[in-house]
Amino acid sequence: MADYSMHTVQNNNPIGKIALRWGLYVMLGIFAVFYLMPFFVMLTTSLKSLDEIRTGDLISLPREVTLDAWRTAWSGACTGIQCEGMRPYFWNSMLIAIPGVAISTLLGALNGYVVSQWKFRGANIIFSLMLFGCFIPFQVVLLPMARVLGMMGIAGTIPGLIFVHVIYGLGFTTLFFRNYYVSIPSELTKAAKVDGAGFFRIFWSIFLPLSIPIIVVTVIWQFTQIWNDFLFGVSFSQAGTQPVTVALNNIVNSTTGVKEYNVDMAAAIIAALPTLLVYVVAGKYFVRGLTAGSVKG
Amino acid sequence: MSKILEINNLFKSYGPVEILKDINVSIDQGDFLVLVGPSGCGKSTLLNCIAGLEPITSGNLSIGGQDMTTVSPKDRDIAMVFQSYALYPTMTVAKNITFGMKVRGVDQATQDEKLAYVAQQLQIEPLLKRKPGQLSGGQRQRVAMGRALVRDPKLFLFDEPLSNLDAKLRVEMRTELKALHQRLGASMVYVTHDQIEAMTLATKIVVMKGGIIQQIGTPAEIYNRPANLFVADFMGSPAMNLIPAKAVKNGKGTAIQIERNGNTPIVLSDTKNLDLPEDVILGVRPEDISDASLRANNETQEADCVIEIVEPAGADTFAVMELGGKHVTARLHSETSAKAGETQRLAFDLGKVSYFAPDTGKRLN
Ligand SMILES: Nc1ncnc2c1ncn2[C@@H]1O[C@H](COP(=O)(O)OP(=O)(O)OP(=O)(O)O)[C@@H](O)[C@H]1O
Ligand SMILES: [Mg+2]
Repeated sequence: MADYSMHTVQNNNPIGKIALRWGLYVMLGIFAVFYLMPFFVMLTTSLKSLDEIRTGDLISLPREVTLDAWRTAWSGACTGIQCEGMRPYFWNSMLIAIPGVAISTLLGALNGYVVSQWKFRGANIIFSLMLFGCFIPFQVVLLPMARVLGMMGIAGTIPGLIFVHVIYGLGFTTLFFRNYYVSIPSELTKAAKVDGAGFFRIFWSIFLPLSIPIIVVTVIWQFTQIWNDFLFGVSFSQAGTQPVTVALNNIVNSTTGVKEYNVDMAAAIIAALPTLLVYVVAGKYFVRGLTAGSVKG
Repeated sequence: MSKILEINNLFKSYGPVEILKDINVSIDQGDFLVLVGPSGCGKSTLLNCIAGLEPITSGNLSIGGQDMTTVSPKDRDIAMVFQSYALYPTMTVAKNITFGMKVRGVDQATQDEKLAYVAQQLQIEPLLKRKPGQLSGGQRQRVAMGRALVRDPKLFLFDEPLSNLDAKLRVEMRTELKALHQRLGASMVYVTHDQIEAMTLATKIVVMKGGIIQQIGTPAEIYNRPANLFVADFMGSPAMNLIPAKAVKNGKGTAIQIERNGNTPIVLSDTKNLDLPEDVILGVRPEDISDASLRANNETQEADCVIEIVEPAGADTFAVMELGGKHVTARLHSETSAKAGETQRLAFDLGKVSYFAPDTGKRLN
């Protein structure tokens, strides 16, 4: 706002100002339409019948809205030989993502708390190594990870997939929390120590309540990562434990009969829905500035 | 009687930088130790070392007769007020104050009782439900005080706890602290920049500079007999006048000559038979230079001085003149006849002056 009013001091031609405003809105509008177009096509296609798709226009609205494709996608579509739709895989993904997000976030918070507030010899080295973990491509860890899962006896299981995602996510979650916690003055920890609190007490009573914004960021990030993951899902699962992304792939790629575009589109939207929901719900709790007032200033 | 705090040969470094050098301090039960020194001299660091929040590089430290060199802060039985307040941002004022008691498992009734008492003492009752972010600097500082005062530790550590309060509240709190100290007989270590706080509260003052203790003594000792030029200059406001002078031996004693620009030197004579080197720095507090007509005793010696500036300050009037190439301040009575640009007869109280060696800065008498 301040910048804008500064600007008007130099350019106080009201017509130019309004034109600039509208120009901006039009630009933004065009971009929004551009990005929303594919989603619009997906949504309308998923609501059409196959006949209509074959005869009609790609971007026209459905003449007759039908939820048949959604029903099929959810509980009837065939992935290879089974025809149970997305439903079982959707729950698999939930069973993987929710504990995966919770565990990796909690461990990341603890790690970040340790490397930022309980400095010990080598803390920085350990942190750098964890950072390094963020940049290792998925493909590199596939084989070693398969070995490890086999040795642990959890290959192909849901706990196995949770484990993989926790390990792979830890670098990122630690990074997020560490960067958030380094800005918290060390006097806070010191005061709590003098008050008699120990390691976990300080974490629980002082740091976690301060962390809501960064928890939200981490949860959004981790949930998106885990939910959208395909490579780990396809590599480390077996028949009953495949996540929703793998199921989507199988539905779209199954080659029996006619290509049911409406079902494919509905299935794709179903697979994307939870991440959308996380953004909408969690974004609201993205509160900043909770540390204000803890120190002089 | 056992010492409540004893620090022996304490050194503290951050990496290669030595912050505290050979600190030796001890205080008795009920002592009020005030740490003073310029910014960055290591006062907060020393408090942190006493609290166990920073490991010390060498030396040892005991609290209440027990060696605490490596004991963790929570087992040292101390309470501390931090310079930066360090209030817990997500807790209300009341929770901030009671957190320590809660952690230590004090029962709810006692917690409530102590909270109410301290809140009343610090005038923060209306604030108890607020979060620290909704408080002013002075209010935060009082909450930080409250957090320490609800405890009953062996040793209180205060890091400039009154620095952000307005003048009136500061005086009230100072009196309150002094009363608290006398009532509880509590032992305290207190950092301040405020001369008056140091003088009125302390039973013992430690003056530090660059991580080295310059002098330890009672407020009177520090004020009247500063150990070196640094302490002389640092303690007291306005500061002690430090005037370069020549000590010339003659038959009956030593004449102290102070050069003046375009005027004959002032000659005062030392009556104490001190063995002074030729070059000395004469330290005179402003209040020891006064109107000749209003103050005279057998230690005072008089001289005519040209007054350059007159600054009335309520009860006193400060007169500034130039002696030995330095601006010298005299604290005169408010009804003084001194006028800028005119000559005034002033009395120097030789019984209270200090002499310092110009090269080492050490006190000579
Ligand atoms: N964690 C640290 N790492 C390195 N140097 C430090 C650290 N903390 C403090 N110092 C240095 O130690 C010196 C003493 O700092 P300290 O905070 O004790 O000063 P102080 O006497 O309390 O000053 P003030 O009156 O401004 O509060 C300073 O030079 C400071 O830069
Ligand atoms: Mg300090």
